[in-house]
Amino acid sequence: MSARDRILAKLRGARPAEPLPHPDPAPHYATRARNESKAERLARFRTGIEGFHADVHVTTEADWPALLAKLCRDKQVGTLMFGANTPAGQRLQADTFGDISLRPWAGQVEDIKADLFHRVDAGFTQTRGAIAETGSLILWSSADEPRTLSLVPPIHFALLDAARIHPTFYDALVSENWAAGLPTNALLISGPSKTADIQQTLAYGAHGPKELIVLVINAEGDVQ
Amino acid sequence: MSAHQQTSTGGKDAGKPIAFVSAQALRERMHDAVNDPHLRQSFRGAMDFLMAKRAAQFPDTDELDSLRSLSEAIRQYSLSKLPDLLEQLEANLTHNGVQVHWAETPDEANAIMLGIAQRHAAKLIVKGKSMVSEEIEFNHAMEAAGVGALESDMGEYIVQLAGEKPSHIIMPAIHQTKQQIAKLFAEHIPGVSYTDNVDALIQIGRRVLREKFEIADIGLSGVNFAVAETGTLCLVENEGNGRMCTTVPKVHIAITGIEKVVEKLEHVAPLFSILTRSATGQAVSTYFNMISGPRRGEDKDGPEEVHLVLLDNGRSQAYADEQLRKTLQCIRCGACMNHCPVYTRIGGHAYGTTYPGPIGKIVSPHMMGLEQTHLLPTASSLCGACGEVCPVKIPIPELLIRLRGEANSEPHANPAMVGQGAGHNALTSFVWRMWARVHARPGSYRAFSWLATRFRAFTPKRQGGWTAARTPLQPAPRRLRDMVKDRR
Amino acid sequence: MSKTPQTAGASHGARSYPPRPEAVYFYATCLVDMFVPEAGMDAITLLEREGVRVIFPDNQTCCGQPAYTSGFPDEARQVVESQLDLFPGDYPIVVPSGSCGGMIRWNWEKVVANDPALKARAAAIAERTFELAEFLVHVLDFKRPDQGPALTVALHTSCSARREMGTLLVGRELLARLGNVTLAIHDHESECCGFGGTFSLKHPDVSTAMVSDKVASLKATGAGQMVTADCGCMLNITRRAAREDLDAGRAAPSLPGEHLATFLLKRTGGKPSGEHA
Repeated sequence: MSARDRILAKLRGARPAEPLPHPDPAPHYATRARNESKAERLARFRTGIEGFHADVHVTTEADWPALLAKLCRDKQVGTLMFGANTPAGQRLQADTFGDISLRPWAGQVEDIKADLFHRVDAGFTQTRGAIAETGSLILWSSADEPRTLSLVPPIHFALLDAARIHPTFYDALVSENWAAGLPTNALLISGPSKTADIQQTLAYGAHGPKELIVLVINAEGDVQ
Repeated sequence: MSAHQQTSTGGKDAGKPIAFVSAQALRERMHDAVNDPHLRQSFRGAMDFLMAKRAAQFPDTDELDSLRSLSEAIRQYSLSKLPDLLEQLEANLTHNGVQVHWAETPDEANAIMLGIAQRHAAKLIVKGKSMVSEEIEFNHAMEAAGVGALESDMGEYIVQLAGEKPSHIIMPAIHQTKQQIAKLFAEHIPGVSYTDNVDALIQIGRRVLREKFEIADIGLSGVNFAVAETGTLCLVENEGNGRMCTTVPKVHIAITGIEKVVEKLEHVAPLFSILTRSATGQAVSTYFNMISGPRRGEDKDGPEEVHLVLLDNGRSQAYADEQLRKTLQCIRCGACMNHCPVYTRIGGHAYGTTYPGPIGKIVSPHMMGLEQTHLLPTASSLCGACGEVCPVKIPIPELLIRLRGEANSEPHANPAMVGQGAGHNALTSFVWRMWARVHARPGSYRAFSWLATRFRAFTPKRQGGWTAARTPLQPAPRRLRDMVKDRR
Repeated sequence: MSKTPQTAGASHGARSYPPRPEAVYFYATCLVDMFVPEAGMDAITLLEREGVRVIFPDNQTCCGQPAYTSGFPDEARQVVESQLDLFPGDYPIVVPSGSCGGMIRWNWEKVVANDPALKARAAAIAERTFELAEFLVHVLDFKRPDQGPALTVALHTSCSARREMGTLLVGRELLARLGNVTLAIHDHESECCGFGGTFSLKHPDVSTAMVSDKVASLKATGAGQMVTADCGCMLNITRRAAREDLDAGRAAPSLPGEHLATFLLKRTGGKPSGEHA
């Protein structure tokens, strides 16, 4: 018998005859649901993620590329990497960014690893949405926006549609039925990387981005 | 890499593989720890900080009660279907392209991972935080085979540099001061001069470890929750090193205990919430990473191979007993140690086990056998603080009592645990039998208590541990029952 | 789900209380009987003064806790079985020590679980077992004018009272009802005093560290004395403080301690049993 079979046999021999009833998380969340406007939800998200040291800028669908360019200039970003094949990526035009080198992700990570680690100052990604309760961004990695784009460069710019802020993580994964198909990597991000491993003193910029900057669009109006 | 060195706080066994740490010396280690004022002060400060942070996360006690009940129910439900869920997990992970391995013992787990490393001719493995890898002494096993294993969680990195072990499951270097770390970095990292500025120290660690992420052959991680229905491995972390380890190297190996599986993705949301809030008092961790397979299709990054090693190491023994099974509900938040008055006074190293504190006392006996661990369950005043804060309501005091019984009882056939009876002592058992005789017979008790009070002058003045720090106890001149009688 | 003390948490607060009874059983347990009888006597006086007849079952010995928590369940079972016949009437059972109360309320059932008939009896007994302070507040609504001078006291609530009996607030409530008494909250108030029964014998180093910290915290409040409703904790804390006094050559106790029953009786014009002893 293999280790697998031995382990499973031991567990089978000992498990309860009947499994316990399935616990449904829905009531816990339903009884605490808030009847909140889009603005209130955004405000909660913002309070949360700002508490984790992220910067949040509310802008518009029309203006965000220019704001991104301005923020890159303010942060003295030399090279900004992004996914060129996304709707947002296609909005980034070299003339808006002036001296800043706009570098679309190209090839496999192995092809660009050294640059990614040493020469790219910032990464830009879209987001799938966010979570108001905790101030978290939701990112699903893809061929267009690989995992390391939001991880390796010291600054991460993230574009968020305010209409896609969910009240809780539970609401997000249930309402969008994540269980039906997850990408190879799904991610919640709540602020720049940090650690309190030395004497419980909080320090930002541990191994991932040192800064997280969120550009929020579509904040006007109410949730559909 | 890890030159063994003693530190005042680490204790002499701090860096040794658990197998070489003497269990019998528990009292000695506790004695040393409790008499180290520096250690006492740093743990008290750290635990006060963590307790306050946790409390601030649960202002609404109804919400806390509801979330605890839900989390307990999810963990108990998952365990009630454990073998089925493990098979479902394996099938879905395999479908997602993840290779699943099973190990009954630490040696088997290490052999599996060494095999993977050798197949890739790996020279360097970078590690995200994994207590299971500590449990199996992974670093020692790899180093013995000539494969480098480098911790990348800042706390774990510090502990590894110091040649120690984690003293807390969430905050591994909690016993070290920034001055000690500054000294450590200056001594061990080329080109680094002494600074005790925490930001500067973290940036030094970042620089050193980033170089390693870039060149490492394999990344190793633990798993916080494994989701059966989707074949997903979930990882909770703040630093980004977990993402680095699971994303940048060509091979990712995850290792976890067999108990960590849940059935549905929706079960993860409440557990994740109560985990970070209970552990470090954070509403959420910086990253919550859900990995459902290696790089595939059009993906441009991510590991080309992902492996999951499922480790038993005594867990199936705990599973076999309905009461002991509750041990496996644990989600490794560390709240029990943060609130433990014993842990607060002796720190994590004194226990001599991978998992310190209350959870360590109830889980280690299954991993290591009672022979080596039977004293651990006695090192508790049963105050109940651990059970009170446990996010999945493990009745830790009740389990400690059970383990005391397993250790005390005379060795018998078909024991529930390896090492049952290891703490059996004929004299102690005799004393308790006599005690029961006296107290189970009211007449005997009356006689005994009459003698004890009338001859109170003969009460010994030295009363073992009690009089080590207290004035002796002496029965009253007259019993309550005498006073009651007199009055009537 | 399961009714263990650790899981019950806040739900303890929801316990329903009987109306004021004609009589109660007083279950003093071995510690009070042999070591602090005056606390037991004062508790009886308090109850009687409230118009409740107190029945003292003469066959009471011990709640079985020492053996139970030490991991000798069979020895505990023998003792518990001998105690199940002591309460034939339907009266509430009042226990002047939180940890003994917790033992009866949560663990008697477990200890005799192999015999369904005994288990049912243990469960019925548990249902009507109350810790003294809890009983004074919730059943008797103890309110008597404070006749003592202004005084600041510190209160130690035992872990059992706090977590098993869920009665952490009743001690405070009783003190709050005394007009001239001010309660000083000590730091790490919810932390264990380090007694833990055999723990104090088996692990004296850690137990000593815990009780020393507790004594220091209590003294740091500047309170004139410590009050507690648990005799184990009381002996642990006061004997540690006494030892510190002895070592420092102090004649007067720096942290006098009293059982809550004695303290309440004194403050409300009663005559404590210890005063003539």
